[in-house]
Amino acid sequence: MEDPLAWKLAKRQESISIAEFFEKNRQILGFDSQPRSLITTVKEAVDNALDACEEAEILPDILIFVEQTGRDVITLIVEDNGPGIVRRQIPCVFAKLLYGSRFHAVKQSRGQQGIGISAAVLHSQLTSGRPVRIISKIGKDHPAHYFELVINTKTNEPEILKDEEIEWDRLHGTRVELEMEASYVRGRRQSVYEYLKETAIVNPHARITLVEPDGNEMLFERASEEMPVAAREVLPHPHGIELGTLMKILRYTERKRLAPFLRYSFSKIGLHTAEEICKTAEIDPNTDPRTLGVDDAKKLIKAFKKVKIMAPSTDCLSPIGEELIYRGLRKEHTADYITTTTRTPSVHSGHPFIIEAGIAYGGSLRKDERAKILRFANRVPLLYQQGACAITHTIEKIKWRQYGIDQAQGSLPTGPLVILVHIASTHTPFTSESKEAIADVPEIMNEIGLALKELARRVSAYLSKEKTLTKRREKEVIIKKILPQLATKTAQILERPTPDINPIIAKIMGNVLVKREIHENEKVHQVIIQVQNNTETTQRFTLHETHEHPIYNPSPTPKTTPIASEYNYQWKITLRPQEKKAILYDLQTKPDELQKLPPPIIDGIEKELVTGAKAINQRGA
Amino acid sequence: MQEKDPQSRASLKQVIQTIYEQLEDGTIPNMRLPTRTKKNIEITEGEVWVYGDSESTRSAKTTKGAYQLLKTTHLCDLLINDHLQQNKSSTLREIYYISENWNHAKFNEQPESDRLIEDLEIITGLQREDFHVRPEENGATIFGPLRIKETTKRGERTMHCQEDVGEAGYQIPYNVEKIEFLEHDAQLIIAIETGGMQDRLIENGFDEKYNALLIHLKGQPARSTRRLIKRLNTELQIPVAVFTDSDPWSYRIYASVAYGAIKTAHLSEQMATPQAQFLGVQPTDIIEYNLSTDKLTNQDIKALHNELTDPRFNTPYWDEQIKLQLELGKKAEQQAFAGKGLNYVTDTYLPTRLTEIGMIKR
Repeated sequence: MEDPLAWKLAKRQESISIAEFFEKNRQILGFDSQPRSLITTVKEAVDNALDACEEAEILPDILIFVEQTGRDVITLIVEDNGPGIVRRQIPCVFAKLLYGSRFHAVKQSRGQQGIGISAAVLHSQLTSGRPVRIISKIGKDHPAHYFELVINTKTNEPEILKDEEIEWDRLHGTRVELEMEASYVRGRRQSVYEYLKETAIVNPHARITLVEPDGNEMLFERASEEMPVAAREVLPHPHGIELGTLMKILRYTERKRLAPFLRYSFSKIGLHTAEEICKTAEIDPNTDPRTLGVDDAKKLIKAFKKVKIMAPSTDCLSPIGEELIYRGLRKEHTADYITTTTRTPSVHSGHPFIIEAGIAYGGSLRKDERAKILRFANRVPLLYQQGACAITHTIEKIKWRQYGIDQAQGSLPTGPLVILVHIASTHTPFTSESKEAIADVPEIMNEIGLALKELARRVSAYLSKEKTLTKRREKEVIIKKILPQLATKTAQILERPTPDINPIIAKIMGNVLVKREIHENEKVHQVIIQVQNNTETTQRFTLHETHEHPIYNPSPTPKTTPIASEYNYQWKITLRPQEKKAILYDLQTKPDELQKLPPPIIDGIEKELVTGAKAINQRGA
Repeated sequence: MQEKDPQSRASLKQVIQTIYEQLEDGTIPNMRLPTRTKKNIEITEGEVWVYGDSESTRSAKTTKGAYQLLKTTHLCDLLINDHLQQNKSSTLREIYYISENWNHAKFNEQPESDRLIEDLEIITGLQREDFHVRPEENGATIFGPLRIKETTKRGERTMHCQEDVGEAGYQIPYNVEKIEFLEHDAQLIIAIETGGMQDRLIENGFDEKYNALLIHLKGQPARSTRRLIKRLNTELQIPVAVFTDSDPWSYRIYASVAYGAIKTAHLSEQMATPQAQFLGVQPTDIIEYNLSTDKLTNQDIKALHNELTDPRFNTPYWDEQIKLQLELGKKAEQQAFAGKGLNYVTDTYLPTRLTEIGMIKR
């Protein structure tokens, strides 16, 4: 849907004034309200900055400065540390609609139509009457160029009001300053703040700073120093091609014969496949492609579908990756549990796509509210039209109760969770030209469903583990309160010594019990350490004893590591459920030192499962 | 100080000893008790209700069990060291309040402490009186030709239950074991559900005319009342008749006098009087005496149906009476006889019924 619209726009712009065109297409372009105008402008500027940095493999550092300069008038400055723009291209990039390099490429990128930033410039110009001010510098030894530009609304050509060389403290980068009728809102989903926050989540390699009109500064710090893998440009895949596009490339190709044309204009078509397509379409492979008409083009498209063609390659996609989504979510949400996944690439009508998803659960997220949905297409947050989106529809179809998460029939789940879905594709099917909601394409919904169900299973496992642990801790607290009282009270009534309750605690908790008894003698003390596994699984762990003096006659023989002035002994122990073992050794030390012995240390078992010893976990760390 | 006190102390100490030994031994403390539900009720050869073999374990493995064991320990401490050691007593309600200071062992509500005391009775085979624990209200009253001696905290008191008491009769103390029967002329005992009917019989001189001991049950009879009836029946061989309203709840009053109740099945041997006979009011009396009636409520009907499967009513007599009542859909009160004149119940109904069940001969 995207491309034909662009073509339409391109044609129209010749016949009508672009100002008129802009007025008629405000909604599509994202300038239909004052708050949205600002968000759209920020979005276009930030997208450009991120794309530029990515292409130049620079970790982005973006500053967004919003200033209220009048009633309903906002001055917006967006500054990046990107590669800069060469002087002669600056006017066209900012002051000519439909100028851009990404338009013809089949490649995943944020913007695709090249109307973005120049539309914002036009909006600024029409509402404030002020030119856009640009500073750009391409490197240390190059001068910074300062431009003041307006768009000639009759010719769609840039008019340069100022073109100067100035001093700029940055090594390289671009700064855009726009003044426009707009308003800055906060505290709701559709806001500059939220847009930047979500952008920061899916671009964890970026550092984004926002200065709000009241001077409040917000930093979305980068969580990763890793650049995303740059998307590669590829030829279009025959399965995704539309008639108009096919006719266009047929007309403008430099190839003289159809078969080579097919081979070199599309991906995944080889010598053999090209001939088979021609044969199926009943067109001579030697025909000049430029002579083919609509009917031939239709035959070719039919043939594309009949002939077996390899699935499109997916290296033109740039997924964010599980790890980086994890870091992005963790950076912006205080959650107890975060899990993420990146699906393997899939294809919808010839366009490769990858679904990535993440769920953050618990923490400071509200329990009584519906899940917060974060939707992204090619790393761009989708803030509007949540209800119309395939992502939302897929989430609503999943039976979340199966995974221990509340859900009213057919609606979004309720609970402390954030659900993130990212679609990376060379062609994202949107429901409308405003590019805010993804269309219900079955292949895409299926992939989203699979990704989310996988995550939901993990959340469910996490929840049940949490539940058991909470139960255990609760039990432990109570048992640690009641049993000691029971012991002291019974002992007091009977006037007898208070019994040691550790063995019982270990049994009740189903823990591994470590009980060290020392039989004091005059010189040599006998130490017995009993270990018993009260858990239901086999436990493998290491028992450490640290003494100032060496031990004698140990049974079994431990591994010994002298540390500084101390001796560290390690016994590797494996205990089946209910199994008991004993460790014996002799110790020569003064009686008063016996009182100061550190407790035995158990390494390799969760601390909740150990009674009578200090538990550390080096293996898990 | 009572004779039995050292024995009671030893029994309670044994409970603590058991828990202590389990702790020392590394065994998770636990206590086995008969399951105290209707499912685990058996009828002995002596025809009273007792607990069966089904047992449940109270273990510190669970939070609930651990709390119960701790509470039991505190309770034993109170009974051993405050009650028995210092010859003090508390009411059931007082014990509930005393537990305020027991930290984690505090009772959440009085039924909890009441139940735990019953548990201790079961474990030790003693009665709460042995622990110097008494109910909030004293037992009901008895009126009739009987001379007794009661040992009170202030010395022995001897009295005749007709001659030495007012019209309200002699009040049965919570510990019936403190009563000694000295002499009597009683031919029969009539246990009466309502105080109004007891007063009617006293006013009409029924006790004198028939040498009857009139005992007020006060609804579901207290332990002391049931124990006194049992003692009078077994020690003095006086036959017992139970006179109640004609509704399902009254039949249960009779059953608890005769066979015992689920909650106190461990004491049935001491408290149930299986020889006690049901005098009335019978559903058949409703027809025969053409009594004023009320309609059975839904709960009444439900309760009657339950009684049809209750082993205590598993006799042809009760089967016939209950089915008849369900058919009539009606119930009657003892006081319904007043419609026929104030003397009708003592002059006509009771002599007729007592003759029918063979307790007086004409």
